[in-house]
Amino acid sequence: MAHVPHAQQLGMQVVQVRRDACTAKIPYDVKLVGDPDTGVVHGGVITSLLDNTSGVAVTCALDEFRTMATLDLRIDYMHPATPGADIFGYCHCFKVTRNVAFVRGTAYHDSPDNPIATSMASFMLGTKGSSVHRYSQETAK
Amino acid sequence: MTLLNSLMNSEGPINLHNLLAKIPYAQMLGMDVHRMGLEITTVLPFRQTNVGNPTLPALHGGAVAGFLEMTAIIELLARTDNKVLPKPIDISIDYLRSGKPMETYARATVTKHGRRVSNVQVLAWQSDPEHPIARLHGHFFLKPTETS
Repeated sequence: MAHVPHAQQLGMQVVQVRRDACTAKIPYDVKLVGDPDTGVVHGGVITSLLDNTSGVAVTCALDEFRTMATLDLRIDYMHPATPGADIFGYCHCFKVTRNVAFVRGTAYHDSPDNPIATSMASFMLGTKGSSVHRYSQETAK
Repeated sequence: MTLLNSLMNSEGPINLHNLLAKIPYAQMLGMDVHRMGLEITTVLPFRQTNVGNPTLPALHGGAVAGFLEMTAIIELLARTDNKVLPKPIDISIDYLRSGKPMETYARATVTKHGRRVSNVQVLAWQSDPEHPIARLHGHFFLKPTETS
């Protein structure tokens, strides 16, 4: 994530990686606010966190490095993020086929049992061009 | 006074440019908006801080998604007399092409405008609207106004 400019812009940091999963966080910052009346961060911040963390989870789940591209990403917003609180994203790559990887994710403050949002993403594997997810994994290690 | 109330004080339609100027996240992306009659087009200028893959280079999928979501919110605000910002319930994004390091445009279509929920589609493109780079569809919660 240290090599992903937009992740840097949002203050995104990897917290933990596992064999097929990744946890990352975005500390609260006023520049991320989407509703100035309430101080709640914009949905795009949550989407970026879950998108990027999902990509790292896929890289973790693969035996060797492969390039990838997000095919689709679905986000369900459960409740607004609390102003002032850090946001965590936990994403688990639960299936890898020859061409596609599938990832579920949750954004939360204190516990994944009380999600701010959940996500489902699929990634096409072996796309042309290089991917920054390689750097993300190296950083995480 | 709330943000929307302060922008609605003057006669005529809500000034979308002033709205974006007061939303920190939209400012961080660098978003702007152009209104030509009923047609609203949003613009995401190229910024290094919106890049997700510096080697290609390509825009970050999350930055594109945030841009599309904000475009949907703007379209809904322009069409309603909402006193609060519409809130996303769910969004689904199809990534069609990688976002090149250049200006990106988006336009939203309200597929169904309900009393409490609206269904919105947004398309983003760069050089050619016939070759969109991403598509969002989603549901947004609208707080009913006093009159509805």
